[in-house]
Amino acid sequence: MISPGKAKGEAIVSREPIGFYGGIDAKTGVVIEKGHELEGKSVKDKILVFPQGKGSTVGSYVIYGLKKNGVAPAAIVNKETETIVATGVILAGIPCVDGIDIDKIKTGDKLVVDADEATVEIG
Amino acid sequence: MHLTKEQERMLSGEQGEVIERMSRLLVRLGDIYGADRMIPVGSVQVAGVSYKSIGDPGLGFLEDYAGKGAKVRVLTYLNPPGMDLENWKGLGFPEDFAEKQMRIMEAFKKMGIITTATCTPYLAGNLPRFGEHIAWSESSAVSFANSVIGARTNREGGPSALAAALCGVTPNYGLHLDENRKPNVVVKVGADLKFNSDFGALGYYVGKQVKKGIPYFRGIEGANTDQLKALGAAMAASGAVALYHVENLTPEAHLMDPKGLETIEVGEKELKETYGKLNTGKDPDIIIFGCPHASLREIASLAGKLDGKRLKKPVWICTSRVMREAANRMGFTEVIEKAGGKVVADTCMVVSPIERMGYKTTGVNSGKAANYLPGFCKQEVVFGNIDDLLERVLE
Repeated sequence: MISPGKAKGEAIVSREPIGFYGGIDAKTGVVIEKGHELEGKSVKDKILVFPQGKGSTVGSYVIYGLKKNGVAPAAIVNKETETIVATGVILAGIPCVDGIDIDKIKTGDKLVVDADEATVEIG
Repeated sequence: MHLTKEQERMLSGEQGEVIERMSRLLVRLGDIYGADRMIPVGSVQVAGVSYKSIGDPGLGFLEDYAGKGAKVRVLTYLNPPGMDLENWKGLGFPEDFAEKQMRIMEAFKKMGIITTATCTPYLAGNLPRFGEHIAWSESSAVSFANSVIGARTNREGGPSALAAALCGVTPNYGLHLDENRKPNVVVKVGADLKFNSDFGALGYYVGKQVKKGIPYFRGIEGANTDQLKALGAAMAASGAVALYHVENLTPEAHLMDPKGLETIEVGEKELKETYGKLNTGKDPDIIIFGCPHASLREIASLAGKLDGKRLKKPVWICTSRVMREAANRMGFTEVIEKAGGKVVADTCMVVSPIERMGYKTTGVNSGKAANYLPGFCKQEVVFGNIDDLLERVLE
């Protein structure tokens, strides 16, 4: 478990890493990185699935801003959570698990995340 | 990781949401890096202060946590903000930037953090002792504390340092442990190091070579703390060196056994090539000294060179508020200003928005500044020693 909590929701999956600073708009929750596979899509209330974070360490504060502005994902699921995302989800209080085989998850899947038990179920 | 009863209570939320999340962050980092327990810290240095670096997301976070009543438990200092906090208008810093920067400072102050903002806390009232565990960010200060003072800190980020300040502890791993403070490469210096910029060039070159390593220097006959500050800052910027030893100079060097380690040789040729590499521009619009923040000795030296002279172009020397007060009292500030220069307090060229103030080419004597200015500030760089730089701008 990276950050505790439980969440249910629809998966939005990125096969490439996500850099939150300059990558996702903290006011709207929409992915703004040019050419990113999720560009233009909103992460609000979704279960955001991606392999790992990338880019600036300010990304941690962007994750916090998403939560504060009510546009955060309901949970984050990673293959490997690095320090930027770990710091962000802990500061913000967003449930987050890592060590998950994310290749099995598709955008639109209904997911049940129990970060306390470090489990993700496709329901 | 083993937690004490008190630390368990912090993590359980008994002391509020801020302490719960901050201790969770420390426990998580401790798990990632294999810490066995938390250790108390004597002081903290928090980075991520300039509005230019942390932007609105950082400002929003800090105001929130400060608003929830978060208070630091140990002596905590701050890195430089993006402007001189008192004379920003006179120096031409943008108004919109200043407003956000002041809000950031207020948030830190509310948490009990000392807002004497500097990258050289050890010159401004936050001086750890030999062997003391501390949690510092600011890579040059980390290097100085570990190497020159012999205190113990990892390279913390802004949030992890803040967490250590609010919880009073840090996870016990990395450079807190004896076994991780041993050198893994010997650097044999065969060059004459005269100017502080020579130490900066040496640091830049070695940082590139050893990356995250711990170098053991031989052949540095003497160096004052300004020169060691320049050396460490450059190595931490071009590489990620958090600790170095210098034979017969730094306090842990005699405890180390560098026998059998790989050796890198640095001579006049390598230094000259490094000077060449760091020079990306030709004609500086401005010259800025004080990266890391200038000591009183460095300010006095500049004042001595500018006494009775006139400058054709702006020259700044960046320093902490504490050093500036001493410079004022000694008349150094007046001498520098009479020549047309400025003693800029609090901020520095790397974290201030100089690219928005019309400057395109900056002259520096710092290996660290030469490393960061092209990327962070879109500057071309003229890297040289203090005498060569001043010769270009004196009437």
